[in-house]
Amino acid sequence: MATVAGTLAHHENSGVWSWLTTVDHKRIGALYGITAFSFFMWGGVQALLVRTQLAVPHGAVVDAKLYNELFTMHALTMIFLAVMPLGASFQNFLIPLMIGARDVAFPRLNALSYWVFFGGAVLLTASFFFEAPGGGWFNYAPLSEKEFSPGLGIDFYVVGLMVLGISSLMAALNFAVTIINMRAPGMTMMRLPVFIWMSLIISFLLILALPPLTVALIQLLFDRQFGTHFFIAGEGGDPILWQHLFWVFGHPEVYILILPAMGIVSEVIPVFSRKPLFGYPAIVFAGMAIAFLGWAVWSHHMFTTGMGAVPRTIFATNTMIIAIPTGVKVFNWLGTMYGGNIRFNTAMSFAVAFIALFTIGGISGVMHASPPVDGQHQDTYFVVAHLHYVLVGGAVTGIFSGIYYWFPKMTGRFLDEKLGMVHFWLWFIGVNLTFFPMHYLGLLGMPRRIYTYDAGLNWGFWNMAETIGAFTIAAGVLIFVINFFRSMGQEKTAEANPWGAATLEWATSSPPPEHDFDVVPVVRSRDPLWYDRDHNIAPAEPTGEHIHLPPPSYYPILMATGVVLMAMGPLSHLALTAVGVLIVVYGIWGWALEPTE
Amino acid sequence: MAAAVAHGGGHPTSTGTTNRKLMMWIFLGSECLFFGSLIATYLIFKHAVIERGVGPFPHAMMIDGHEEHGILNIPITSTSTFVLLMSSLTMVLAVYGAQHARFKMMKLATLATILLGLAFLGFQVYEFRSFGAEGLNLGTNLFGATFFVLTGFHGTHVGVGVLYLASMLAASFRRNGLGPEVGEHMEIAGLYWHFVDIVWIVIFTLLYLLPA
Repeated sequence: MATVAGTLAHHENSGVWSWLTTVDHKRIGALYGITAFSFFMWGGVQALLVRTQLAVPHGAVVDAKLYNELFTMHALTMIFLAVMPLGASFQNFLIPLMIGARDVAFPRLNALSYWVFFGGAVLLTASFFFEAPGGGWFNYAPLSEKEFSPGLGIDFYVVGLMVLGISSLMAALNFAVTIINMRAPGMTMMRLPVFIWMSLIISFLLILALPPLTVALIQLLFDRQFGTHFFIAGEGGDPILWQHLFWVFGHPEVYILILPAMGIVSEVIPVFSRKPLFGYPAIVFAGMAIAFLGWAVWSHHMFTTGMGAVPRTIFATNTMIIAIPTGVKVFNWLGTMYGGNIRFNTAMSFAVAFIALFTIGGISGVMHASPPVDGQHQDTYFVVAHLHYVLVGGAVTGIFSGIYYWFPKMTGRFLDEKLGMVHFWLWFIGVNLTFFPMHYLGLLGMPRRIYTYDAGLNWGFWNMAETIGAFTIAAGVLIFVINFFRSMGQEKTAEANPWGAATLEWATSSPPPEHDFDVVPVVRSRDPLWYDRDHNIAPAEPTGEHIHLPPPSYYPILMATGVVLMAMGPLSHLALTAVGVLIVVYGIWGWALEPTE
Repeated sequence: MAAAVAHGGGHPTSTGTTNRKLMMWIFLGSECLFFGSLIATYLIFKHAVIERGVGPFPHAMMIDGHEEHGILNIPITSTSTFVLLMSSLTMVLAVYGAQHARFKMMKLATLATILLGLAFLGFQVYEFRSFGAEGLNLGTNLFGATFFVLTGFHGTHVGVGVLYLASMLAASFRRNGLGPEVGEHMEIAGLYWHFVDIVWIVIFTLLYLLPA
């Protein structure tokens, strides 16, 4: 298998089979990206249905049950099937390239993560053919118990999230090991690009936050299928336990969603300001502080459950303290732009919009960190406004910035700047028009999760405005999709480093060759390409060293099939679980014995 | 040249620790949170079980003025705990054998570890069956729910470990044995096995030894 650079033994590179068996991190990143963006649009359709229903009082587009399923599935789709895997898409593509490695630490495990994600996503979405979960993404007990939700919906939720959790755990383990262990010579931890730092932090958040969710899901599964009473108060159980376990996962989860975007804009802003990132150590340690404090704030989701004064005080204080490292980051980005030679192209516009929109969401977050204020905000549209400003205005805006920025590296082509700016303005106006009035409606007392409202409440005007805003967002996304397909039909014209960026992924061709780097780069600075340019250091010539690439494998997709079958057991017959276990065990053996040299 | 090669357990890495071993360590960190959540659930419900007064109870206790007997059999479980602890000893010997090319010792010690693990599982099956005979099931009370889910998932981990070691043992009889990285492979299996044993020590202390 080992061959000389330039005469690499290429594996079968086209056709469906090559994509099903690929272990190349760039292709897996593409699979993640396309799948996740498809689910992003599907989650958007659900949101548009919700907004259409709420556009006028006494809306009759959907009934109450379908409405519950739509807002639940909208949240699950956007969080688990769109934003998290879009982050994973960037991580897959960029982590090896940015640290100067030729692949992730475990290429086949990487493929397995994707296929398990794909299976879990399809499984969760297929619930619409039976009964979709309708208990909110937080799925509080006792509503989630058999007595009140006898259908299959909650079971789909339980097994779907278990499968997606397995996928995320495997990906996180892989990325953590890759970042710690696979760095190019000279790439010390404090020279890692900020996106890589954020990826490492996210990986550890996932590794530590997923198990409590898994345990909560197991307990709910046992309650529903095997007669336990973990969350049934009448039998001595405790529905609040679900809330604790869920939010011990759920709050780190919101940092899992936002930190990739923070990493992305930390790469984009220096490049288009022509300045190194301002206060690199501060931004890295602020990221760690956010992740660390993120473990000590989960109960701020539960201020109204009657925890008592001491826990409320502690959790409120911790929550407010998180504003400090977050603010540090905002000032780092502003400090980077200050005095810089700024180019306002689409990527940079999205990055700057990220700072503004995320800050608005951050500030309303500090507001309901205060328990008495939260008592007023709880379950109103004010909270909906907050979370959408940080997740749509923050996470997704940052992801769009990253797409425009890395598109030439990923595809060798540029996205059209004119269409890009149309997309940007439709997006920016749409996001504000949709989510800003929600603050106002929330303070007026409009509750979340109601499927309709009376005309006399004076909520109609702003609801109509929000619905118009939602369709404006959709128009922006549509422009992006058109832009994407137009670009994909064009010639590959991108050179290696079209933006004049400083990080290693721009040292190799666009798109990169299968083996990423002809010569593993040597890193001498935090901004390696700028350092080499300023010191007239030419890239090393290929030495004819042996480049070994792992061969494709069908075991990942086989084992993913087994995992999904295991999960389908509780939905139909437990025999399916047994079949799934057998496939997984067979897959592990085949995997272990498969030659990779 | 650190991290020059894109994969493989035995190649140089940035930290010097191989990728596989590093991943096992981080994975065990994740497992700590998994068992931590299950154990926390048990501790949270411990008093609720007594307050509700629906037996069987784990330990002997006074309920409504009369003494209820405890269902946990400390002598038998102490024996099974001893069996599991001995399996850690044989696991150490297996790793030693693998790292010092004493493969006969490695195979024998691995076999002993597997048998001790199976013996522990046998004790657990006996315990579950006898509890069932005394009327304790998943749905009986919260002690039943927390006990069976916690020890059941621990037992599943032991079972996975037995399967893991049995696969290693079977593979060690191939022509090339476990290959040049045999010491590494066995050490990683050992990390997993010792972790599962340590979890049992915590469970044994908190469930069996701490009185109500």
